[in-house]
Amino acid sequence: MASVPPARHLLRAKDLADARYAEPLTVADLARAAGLSKAHFSREFRRAFGESPHAYLLTRRLERAAAMLRTTDRSVADICIAVGLDSIGSFTASFRRMFGRTPTAYRAAFPPAADRALIPACVLRAYGRPQHRTFREDAVLAS
Amino acid sequence: MIRIGTAQVWVHDQDEALDFYTKKLGFEVRSDVTVPELGNFRWLTVSPPGQDDVAITLMAIPGPPVMDEATAAQVRELMAKGFAGTVFLTTDDAKASFEELRGRGVEFTEEPEERPYGIDSGFRDPSGNSFRLTQVRSDFS
Repeated sequence: MASVPPARHLLRAKDLADARYAEPLTVADLARAAGLSKAHFSREFRRAFGESPHAYLLTRRLERAAAMLRTTDRSVADICIAVGLDSIGSFTASFRRMFGRTPTAYRAAFPPAADRALIPACVLRAYGRPQHRTFREDAVLAS
Repeated sequence: MIRIGTAQVWVHDQDEALDFYTKKLGFEVRSDVTVPELGNFRWLTVSPPGQDDVAITLMAIPGPPVMDEATAAQVRELMAKGFAGTVFLTTDDAKASFEELRGRGVEFTEEPEERPYGIDSGFRDPSGNSFRLTQVRSDFS
């Protein structure tokens, strides 16, 4: 059988970043997935994909964070944790560097997430129905 | 009427690919012919059970004179990097298909997840080619 091209191992590391970015994954974990030492891995990854594994993992996480800012109403802190980052300060700084504004400002530039949610009509009908009140109840409340 | 008959994916090694596509993915061999007059060119096609009018041909990356060595190396490299193309499969039950394939040793890069268009998952073949496995929402197509 023909020997496996080295880039195939690097692709395993890239796939790992895509699949498990939400976990506290590091470049060392990616290097292990590729079966290479960390320094050698970073060099080879950059050569194959044109950016460092650190940059790839970070931008993967920030892309997911941006999507969550647009489509959920979760807090910035929750989103930071949900994409595998643990420092809100550095998350905000990196986010601002990549997207040109803070997570909060980024979110504000889009329609509210609730507008985009595909909430089924049956839910809207069931949960949007007002509590029934009679005139007698009004009288009781007024007194 | 024009219909898709066969589409091609490059593979790193045809025997390895055959093993993966039949034993792990569960496809059936539609054609496996080696032609000595063509430098032992091997036409190897597979498709899912029940879909025998469409096939994927698992094509070995040729050497000269079909493809010069530098180009072949580029194709090998692109494939290993995962940029040689994607096959989009559909299923009527993403969860069941996922369990079935994973049970046979397919390594998923993405487990089934809800998307606006349905339930989507992804894996790669041994060569690095990407596959999507999607249960398309019935009101989406």
